[in-house]
Amino acid sequence: MVSRLTRGERELAIGILVLLGFLGLAMTAAGGDGPLGIHGLVVIACAVGTTFVVIAGLFATEPGDDRLSRYYDDPSKVGIVLAIVWGVVGMFVGDWVAWLLAYPEMTFDAAWASFGRLRPVHTTGVIFGFGGNALIATSFHVMQRTCRARLPDQISPWFVLLGYNLFCILAVSGYLMGLTQSKEYAEPEWYADIWLVVVWTAYFLLYLRTLARRQEPHIYVANWYYLAFILVVAILHIVNNLAVPVSLGHAKSYSLFAGVQDAMTQWWYGHNAVAFFLTAGFLGMLYYYLPKRAGRPIFSYRLSIVSFWGITFFYIWVGSHHLHYTALPHWVQTLGMTFSVMLLVPSWASAANALLTLNGAWHKVRDDAALRFMMVAAVFYGLSTFEGSFLAIRPVNSLSHYTDWTVGHVHAGALGWVAFITFGSIYAVVPRLWRCREMYSARLVEVHFWLALAGTVIYVFAMWNSGIIQGLMWRTYNESGTLTYSFIDSLVAMHPYYIARAVGGLFFLSGAVVALYNVWKTARLAAGEQTEAAGDTPVAAPAAAGSLQAGE
Amino acid sequence: MFGFHYRLERNTIGFVLAVIVAASIGGIVEIAPLFTIDETVEEAPDMRVYTPLELAGRNIYIREGCYACHSQMIRALRDEVERYGPYSLAVESQYDHPMLWGSKRTGPDLARVGGKYSDDWHVAHLNDPRDVVPQSVMPAYRWLSRTELDSDDLGLHLKAMRRVGVPYTDAMIVNAENDAYGQAAPGSKRAPGVAERYGEGTNIRAFDGESDRLTEMDALVAYLQILGRLTDAAYERKTEAEE
Repeated sequence: MVSRLTRGERELAIGILVLLGFLGLAMTAAGGDGPLGIHGLVVIACAVGTTFVVIAGLFATEPGDDRLSRYYDDPSKVGIVLAIVWGVVGMFVGDWVAWLLAYPEMTFDAAWASFGRLRPVHTTGVIFGFGGNALIATSFHVMQRTCRARLPDQISPWFVLLGYNLFCILAVSGYLMGLTQSKEYAEPEWYADIWLVVVWTAYFLLYLRTLARRQEPHIYVANWYYLAFILVVAILHIVNNLAVPVSLGHAKSYSLFAGVQDAMTQWWYGHNAVAFFLTAGFLGMLYYYLPKRAGRPIFSYRLSIVSFWGITFFYIWVGSHHLHYTALPHWVQTLGMTFSVMLLVPSWASAANALLTLNGAWHKVRDDAALRFMMVAAVFYGLSTFEGSFLAIRPVNSLSHYTDWTVGHVHAGALGWVAFITFGSIYAVVPRLWRCREMYSARLVEVHFWLALAGTVIYVFAMWNSGIIQGLMWRTYNESGTLTYSFIDSLVAMHPYYIARAVGGLFFLSGAVVALYNVWKTARLAAGEQTEAAGDTPVAAPAAAGSLQAGE
Repeated sequence: MFGFHYRLERNTIGFVLAVIVAASIGGIVEIAPLFTIDETVEEAPDMRVYTPLELAGRNIYIREGCYACHSQMIRALRDEVERYGPYSLAVESQYDHPMLWGSKRTGPDLARVGGKYSDDWHVAHLNDPRDVVPQSVMPAYRWLSRTELDSDDLGLHLKAMRRVGVPYTDAMIVNAENDAYGQAAPGSKRAPGVAERYGEGTNIRAFDGESDRLTEMDALVAYLQILGRLTDAAYERKTEAEE
């Protein structure tokens, strides 16, 4: 990897890493033996470790100018592997905490092993570790192809990818130490948040710079979604994390907002993390890899436009449906509910656009598990957006809110849609990144598909059952007009479903392990094969003009 | 419309600006007025701030992720009001930076748990929930009783809270550490100052049963016992409604 960097780039990398090391040193000095100090040591360790990797390759032969005639895919490769590793870790922790709800004694009398600290490790691990790395890795791949232009330089993609992973490591290790802002999906403390802003700015600039180099007059629809993902996540992240640290030497901070305003800001963030992280970004994946794999053009350009702007405009309103019947003013709840229902139109337009694209390629869906992953993803996307609009209706929400139904809904989306489109895209992109004909084992892809589907279905059905039973038990009255069940009665009734859910999760986790093995084997074997996909090269940039014609 | 888009999608900056505009409107319309419309948060003149010990307890509640399984928001629904007490008002979390309304009830709502059980019950329950509720799936938090409360920087915490808008006085900030000790050591010479600064109704007790040391258990139980009791506004509203 380092050998593909020029000498100047290697030196620049070392310079950045030294700066990062000093940053870690400053954190250690300010934080002492508190959590901030420990995080300083983590930063130093990451900087030093990466520096060693760069130094080991510092004097390797420099790449020739012919590197400019090919896309730069090394960061995408690393990103895909990191995504799957985070996925396996995050899903393992998720399944672990699922078992904790059935067998709560497995905490070893250790603070870090209790449900409350492990749960954000699971959510951050899968959303930001698995999902985020997959988004970054695929976005680098997709934007180069759809712009027919190479990344503008070879350092900023590494800065984005590795810097982002540093954020994830700070987040996850912080939770184990008890560091959290308590805002769901925005738990990391102030200094990690600031670091993410720096990384994210570099990501946005990288995207703009690549778009500026594009050889296609139009920006392809996948890039609209990746752009919306980058931009809006930045806005959400900055506003929701506004906080005042106790001091510069403290890891702890206090949120700028309180009470009802804080609740609204948090769920404006929370639901739009779903919208712009877990939906828009992954729709970007879908709009590139699904038509490519199916060998069919997108069904409708106009439908793409309508659904993109519908999603961008409507989603931002719907966060208040997390706060029905609460102390949030009624008018905000009503707005949230209304827009949630309207949101079904652009959501189903996207799902329909994806499924109709497959017309004429259904035989491929039957034979090719990678494409089938993407097809199922589109179906689950349609199902869970319908469920989401339904649950946002106030009276429905009175039953479902606070119960496992919400958890089931989230996982229908996260497993059925996000993870399925990700794995489908990974199976589509890995052979192209490593320049080999296909995955190491098509049968293992097939095995993964059925493990993942079975796991998702078991999980979602278990949570539908437990959630609806729970909600009904809480509001059941007996003949004398008093509540029939105590809270603990409802908890006891959950036990079999909690076991079923954990089993479903185990299926899904096993599938991810199979994927990791398959990708690893593909990468190892590909070293010998090296087939060049026809036309998978950028259009000649002015600097390298004359030396190549491929792709023209 | 599609013709316009045909041109828009060729222009990066134009497209970026369009996304920002489209994605900002909803948030501005829904969030900004919450800061300006007076009726959003009710008036409650008797509303008091958290004592340093309660704030430390709240931070432990956050640290251990209790909010992942316990909500602190009773919705305006008949069964919730009958199960947990009067529905929550916005003013009750006025000083909650951040709010802990929660989104999931794996365990019951805690918005009005203050005063519902004895200190001894809470200590036993936190040490091992299954000792008092055999079917519970809550983790045991035995280390809370073993761990001394880190109290030397509580003044800085109060100061940061004041910076985000909570009306802590200079005296409260200066005496933060003393007050934390005093609240858990009734009869000590540090105790009277707590009632003086935070009101006569403040719980001043050896929450974990031992007044000679200040543990994380003291702080967490002190916090749990004040939940729903910072103001009577919700109860007053209920009485008004009944009349």
